[in-house]
Parts: sequence; structure tokens; C-alpha cells
Amino acid sequence: MPEAKYRLLQGNEACAYGAVAAKTEFFAGYPITPSTEIAEILAYELPRRGGRFIQMEDEIGSIAAIIGASAAGAKSMTATSGPGFSLMQENLGYAYMTEIPCVIVNVQRGGPSTGLPTKVAQADTMQAKWGTHGDYYPIVIAASNVSECFHMTIRAFNLSEKYRSPVILLLDEVLGHMRERIRIPEEDEIELVMRPKATVPPGWYKPYELTATNISPMANYGEGYRFHITGLTHDAQGYPTSDPVQIKTKLDKLKNKIMLNTDDICTFREDNTEFAGIVVVAYGTVARVAQQAVSIARRRRFRIGLFQPETIWPFPEKGFLKAIEHARLVIVAELNQGQLIHEIRRIAPPKVNVVGTFRYDGELMNPSEIVNKVREFG
Amino acid sequence: MSESKDTKRIEIRLSGSGGQGLIFAGILLAEAIGIYGDKNVAQTQSYGPEARGGASRSDVVISEDIIFYPKTTELDILLALTQEACDSYYPALKGGGTLIVDSTYVSQVPTDKVYSIPFTRIAREKIGTPVVANVMSLGALAAITKVVKLDELEQVVLSRAPRGTEDKNKAALNEGFELGEKAVKDYRAKFIDAPRRQ
Repeated sequence: MPEAKYRLLQGNEACAYGAVAAKTEFFAGYPITPSTEIAEILAYELPRRGGRFIQMEDEIGSIAAIIGASAAGAKSMTATSGPGFSLMQENLGYAYMTEIPCVIVNVQRGGPSTGLPTKVAQADTMQAKWGTHGDYYPIVIAASNVSECFHMTIRAFNLSEKYRSPVILLLDEVLGHMRERIRIPEEDEIELVMRPKATVPPGWYKPYELTATNISPMANYGEGYRFHITGLTHDAQGYPTSDPVQIKTKLDKLKNKIMLNTDDICTFREDNTEFAGIVVVAYGTVARVAQQAVSIARRRRFRIGLFQPETIWPFPEKGFLKAIEHARLVIVAELNQGQLIHEIRRIAPPKVNVVGTFRYDGELMNPSEIVNKVREFG
Repeated sequence: MSESKDTKRIEIRLSGSGGQGLIFAGILLAEAIGIYGDKNVAQTQSYGPEARGGASRSDVVISEDIIFYPKTTELDILLALTQEACDSYYPALKGGGTLIVDSTYVSQVPTDKVYSIPFTRIAREKIGTPVVANVMSLGALAAITKVVKLDELEQVVLSRAPRGTEDKNKAALNEGFELGEKAVKDYRAKFIDAPRRQ
């Protein structure tokens, strides 16, 4: 862990140190470009702090290991990229179903399949939402600079613990490998949230008890509570059920614990959207490109603003609708063939023209590509 | 993109072939400017097939403002340690930009407005190893472009250089700075002072 307050770090390095600051106790992973530095640093840092690092046989084993470690009470995390993220989908569903907190970092590269190991993309945007089967409501957040890599890793843990849910942090190859100046905060500046603990006597404990917040207190294995965990749809006791009422209760609980708390979960940044006739939407590294493009276009007298979701899923719908209140044109900039644009089209009122600017050749978008769209449609 | 650039933004590319230590040089430069020089800085690199034998590069963007777009569009400064890198990246250098080449390997320069210094040869002869040519070229870059101060570079070199190589790297840095100062004098004599004397 760097001691100096200001350091020059890669996004991946900042993410790893963020995990240390979040008091991660367990990391299991399988090295994959462009995420490997995260595993490399935590392999060094965690054992020195009483934590554990394990390199698993593959990504299926990696996510299984972090789910198990978290069930035993350890704050757990893994980091991967596209091909590994695909392998994790089945067990990711298990974590949503069993409501076990864990953090999965996906440093996005080009796909499909092994695709472009060393090149940038944002083509896992939809996979992060729909990757595993069934109805579930993932929390997915994204960083756009090195400092955010540090702080968003901490936030990923906090959300994960608070909502008893896996949280996916999306980075990308450019951000993961880019070096910038970052201020490492003091320990007392960092707020950590812990999972709600079981307080009732063991005999009374229901691991999936329906509460007012839809979040059930969590007993960790080894704390004296005896209970059942299964990926089968289960009742409040954790036992498999085929009772329609119990099934509906469980699926509503999974939905409501996230979707009734979007005010807390969904964050975003906006720049000059207040009276903007044109709003550019972009996340991650592309948001920086968009910010530059917006500054250029504003100098050319376009009334244009930027909306940057920090939480991608659930999409910050309320904030976005407010940001496009006066907009007639929305430009969605993505490093894929058009994924987030579907969500934007769903949310935007019919009178708003939604157009996309997409790049998927392995290179980061240039601000002029967005400025050209502004000229063309604005 | 030129119209978009704020005047305070400076884009630098350090280029050569894989193994010449250009990514490391980029980190040293970025850290000297960002941490010891207190300016905003973003260092990116291109790797993949290119890093294995072909042209390899490390880009550094400096600005007094927040850096949004982290990559380069028009280079203000290009350092090329190989002919291939010089040929590949010279078109990205903007008009009036600064070109610095290692004349050990770059024999054909695309312009006469160039700072030619045989970094690798001098590193081998004076320091005893060619591997410090990257650090030597940073010293020259500091003297020629003044985007970074010599003492800022020296602090970073001493803290980042592998243990046991500090002295050689420091010597290379200072040697490079002197070579850079001399190259500036020669350049001035050729392009700035000479026409006035006529």
C-alpha cells in the first residue's frame, strides 16, 4: 500500500489498493489481460495483512471461492476480463440467488471470445446486466479515472455488503493501464459499510427473512448459526420451495432490495445539462472523451451537456430524465456497436432524438468523433 | 482536433522498439511531472503485437488543467530511438513540434529540424551499458523541451531505478541533459542565430 499521499498509479493498481483500503480479506482469481495487475498486487498485499490470495484453476473456481469465503464472513473479490467474466456467469447467478456479497471487477477488452486481449472495449455493458439466467437486479458501477478506480472499488464493497449482493465494477483496458496522479486518502477518511449481522438467537434465525428493507441480516458460517444455502429457489429458512407464494416472495425480495433503493445506489455526474438542448451520455473512459468533446462543442456555441452514469445498472433513470428535460438530442457514445443506447431509448421521451456514436476497433474514441455527431444532428 | 486543444496541453510520445525501456521512461517522465512537478499528467501505452519486436511507444499528456482525453492526437514532442519508430510516428508530430532521435539507430531523418543525439552509442561508451539510453534520452528531453526539470527527473530515477543501478542511471540522466543542452546550442546556431548573421 503506497504511503505517500500523492502517487502515480495505473487504474488497476488503484483498484487493488482500493480493495486493500476496503479491508478485503480474500481474493481468488485467474490472471487475464488486461486485469492481471489487480491480482498481482493483491497476491502481495493481502497475505501481509492476514488476508488470503489464491490463484484458482480457472474463473469458474475463482468466483466459487470468493462466494464461499464471503459466506464465511470474509470480504471477497475477484478480477477478470471478458472471457473470464463469461465463465463466471453461472456462479454469479448463484451469488445473486443466495444473496452473498462479493465484488467482481471486469477490466473490459474486445470480444467476443478471446477477442482483443490488449485492446479497449465496453462491449460487456449488457452482459453485466443480463449475463446469467433468470430475473435478478445487478448493481454495476464504472470508474472513469484512476482516482475513481480506488474509490469505486471501496464503493463496490460497501454496496455489496449493504445489499447482500454481488457488485460488478466495470473498468476497461485504457483505464486499467493508464497512469495518473492519485491522492491516497487517510484511513479515517474512508467510510466502510459492513453487512447486516444476525442478532437473534441461532434457533430463531431465518437467513432470508423478509424485512422492511428486503435485506436479511446475514450470519456467517462458523458463527454458531445453522442454516441452509442453495441456488434452488428457497423460502425464508433457506430451504428449496415450490410453493408459488414463497417463489414470488423470493423473486420480489431480490428485485425490491435493489429497485426500491435506487436513490442510494444510482449515482451519476453531469456537466452543464441544466439548459442543454443536446446531452451526451457516456460512461467509463469514454466519459472523459465526451467531456472533452462537450467542452469543444460548447466553445462553438452549442448548448450541450454531459450525463455520465457512475452506476450503470440500475441505470440512474430519474437523474437522466432530469438531465434531458430540455434536450431534443441525446448522443450515446460507446466502445461497442450500441448497447447502452437501448436503455437510453427506453427511458428518453419520444420527442427526443437518440443517436449513437460507436467505436469497436480496439481503439479509444477520439473527441472529434462525438463533435462530428453534434454537428451532424445538432 | 487542433482547435480543441487548450494551449497548456502538451503531448509527448517516447518511441522505439520493445526492450528499450520506453514504457519505463514514460512512467519516469509522468511521475517526475505529476508528482514532483505538480502538474496533471496521463501516461498511456500501446502494447500487444507492437511490443514484441516492432515499434513500441509510451505517451504522456501534460496539462495545467484536468486532462479529459488521455491519449494523444497531435504530438508536441516525439522521441524516437529507432528508425522504424521515427518513420511510423513522425506524421503524428504537429508542425513546429520537437523531434529528438537517437542517431545511433536513426540515420534518415524526415526533417532537418531535429535534435540528433547518439544516445545508445554514448551510453555504451561512457556509462558502459546501452540499457540506460532511455534515461539518457529523458535528460536530453528535459534540456531541449523544458517540460520537466532535471532535479524532478533525478528524484524519480533514484526512487524507481532497480537497486544497484541508481548511479548508472543518474550518470546517464546528467549526461543526457548535457548532450541536450549542447544540441540546443547547435540547433540555435543553425536555425536561429545563423540567418541573423548573414
